[in-house]
Amino acid sequence: MSYFWTILVLVVLLALSWRFLGSYMAAVYEGRVTFLARLERPVYRVLMIDPESEQTWPRYAGALIVFSGVALVVTYGLLRLQGSLPFNPQHLGAVSPALAWNTAVSFVTNTNWQNYAGESTMSYLSQMAALTVQQFVSAAVGIAVAVALIRGFARKGSPTIGNFWVDLIRGVLYILLPIAFVCGIVFVSQGAVQTLAGPATVHNALTGATQVIPRGPVAFMEPIKQLGTNGGGFFNANGADPFEDPTGATLLLSVLLLLCIPVALTYTFGKLVGSFRQGLTLLAAMAIIFGTWLGFSSYAEAQGNPAVAAAHVVAQPGGNMVGKEVRFGALPTSLYNIASTQTSTGSVAGANDSFTPLGGFGLMSGMMLGEVTPGGVGSGLYTILLFALVAVFLGGLMVGRTPEYLGKKIQAREVKLAALGILVMPIAVLGLTAIAVSVHAGRVGPTNAGPHGFSEILYAFTSQANNNGSAFAGLNGNTAFYNVTGGIAMLLGRFGVMVPVLALAGSLASKAVVPSGLGTFRTDTPLFTGLVIGVILIVGGLTFFPAVSLGPIVEWLSHGRLFG
Amino acid sequence: MLLHLYRSAVVSLIFVVLLGLAYPLAATALSQAAFQHQANGSLTTDGSTLIGQTWKGPKWFQGRPDGTVRTTGPGGIIVSGTNQPGPRSRSLEEAVLKQAAILKREGIVPTNDLVTTSGSLVDPDISPADAYAQVNAVAAARHLPPGQVRHLVMTQVHGPELGFLGAPTVDVLELNLALAKMR
Repeated sequence: MSYFWTILVLVVLLALSWRFLGSYMAAVYEGRVTFLARLERPVYRVLMIDPESEQTWPRYAGALIVFSGVALVVTYGLLRLQGSLPFNPQHLGAVSPALAWNTAVSFVTNTNWQNYAGESTMSYLSQMAALTVQQFVSAAVGIAVAVALIRGFARKGSPTIGNFWVDLIRGVLYILLPIAFVCGIVFVSQGAVQTLAGPATVHNALTGATQVIPRGPVAFMEPIKQLGTNGGGFFNANGADPFEDPTGATLLLSVLLLLCIPVALTYTFGKLVGSFRQGLTLLAAMAIIFGTWLGFSSYAEAQGNPAVAAAHVVAQPGGNMVGKEVRFGALPTSLYNIASTQTSTGSVAGANDSFTPLGGFGLMSGMMLGEVTPGGVGSGLYTILLFALVAVFLGGLMVGRTPEYLGKKIQAREVKLAALGILVMPIAVLGLTAIAVSVHAGRVGPTNAGPHGFSEILYAFTSQANNNGSAFAGLNGNTAFYNVTGGIAMLLGRFGVMVPVLALAGSLASKAVVPSGLGTFRTDTPLFTGLVIGVILIVGGLTFFPAVSLGPIVEWLSHGRLFG
Repeated sequence: MLLHLYRSAVVSLIFVVLLGLAYPLAATALSQAAFQHQANGSLTTDGSTLIGQTWKGPKWFQGRPDGTVRTTGPGGIIVSGTNQPGPRSRSLEEAVLKQAAILKREGIVPTNDLVTTSGSLVDPDISPADAYAQVNAVAAARHLPPGQVRHLVMTQVHGPELGFLGAPTVDVLELNLALAKMR
């Protein structure tokens, strides 16, 4: 019953952020919000940017790629040099080259895959200046690409799609930073730690035991970890750690934060293209798939853990509690982890690896649908727009007309770019998984036996190529093989999609608008929502069903069997 | 290209200073001023109420068996969340059986939370049902009337917050600190 209330409150809060955050973001990217202009203008001066000037799509993409490359180098450098830099109370040494590469790529691409335990690997400076910075910046880059694509639809005969630098800076200053700061206060008031004083050594006089408790600047990293759909936590256990997510209230706030921007961007989209129903149609597709997956996984986790059941010593009235926290309970943990895997966040409130076979299938398959329900900040909207274009194209084929979307003719070039953007992720996932299971270095990674071991590998590449970052963490990923291949997957999944999307934005922006006629296929109707859902499910299902059959499905079907 | 590089370098520097130093340092100053207890880890003299510990023997209420698999890093620092058994792993079944046997030896009827490890491996809480399951064993070991111990547990049940957020909990450290004060 309390789970019902949690979801109801979440839906109400999301509806409010859809309306108000959505219109606020539209105002920000149209340059109508100026309360930080005194901070903003000097930055443009130093950068030699006229904020009114705009870029063509190749220049926009070029700036984005060069900037991300520099961010990668800066992040890598900070991790490698942390041993000689300040804010390092544990005197931790440099992060190894392979791990620093994987981690830098991971945070620059908004993935936040973590092949390390933060509390025993990263100095406070690395957590703040390397990782937290990228959590802001990579999120702003993602939203910028989505806004550029929206401009492509909204404009007529325009050679430009906006200014990357302006979009980047405005996203950080006006959207991410204020929300993160306010919510950070909530996290610390609930019990998340925020200190630079180093670990606390405490001696328990009652038991005689001594604990060395890791601490750090955590509470204000939490909100941007969620809000930016990043997911990279300060501690190894991520949101399951009580110092990250201390209460049921922070759990709800975390879920709200990670869903609010992707959901609100559908309003921003509707507002900028001049029809809220167009955004609502996409939001409905997102919500229907999300709700189905949530219900499915919650049901699976409520059934309890098969290995615990096999022991026949306890009942599982609260569901599967293996790898879950008492203060959350099994169902809210499922909500958090489902929301996190369907938004490219990848944070966890409990161990994904210990979810039931069907619950784990829900987590993995949510990512395999391309992270569009509602997906990451920016990436969710621009990817579902690719699916919408394919849906329009299929609709056009059915009735034998040149397809149109929002008054723009969708021609061979647009359909090719959309298909390219959709296919990059599955190619990276399946190709790298195939390599990993074919070589020794890949096969030694999983720690669980049987089909679950294969699931751990498949999950790792699905997560990284979708820039999600969650893990079936039984996989030992901190090896040269997984650090390097994972880095490739993350780069492909990020920039392999962004560049076609920006090309699409440029191509659409330059087109004229054709007036809609009687034969125009309407894209603001429930029928179109159904068509988009169909395309998402068919593409994801056809691509991944064989691979998934070898992992979670075979595990689920092995009733009564344990492995190991 | 050169202009892109220049702008990237300058923007990166600005972001590192603004988001990587000014933001967390201002946040730390604010947290230490307004929420000192929480910001420093909710510490008591015997440990943090948010970080679970191992309590041995029937004289204390037991938490979840996280201590059996918890690992530490350099300097003995606790590393959270390192144990991730799959849902059909034989080792998980064996761990559950072993933990249930230990509880039964102490006169406790095993419950789900008390035989399974958490996600953080520092879960500070148990459910009220887990605490009530231990009342008779603790009362016997301490020669206290069970009714008195049961009442103590009742006073230690927290949440769920606002009546619906998360699940009701009993903080094992707080419960045992209160227990130690009982005569």
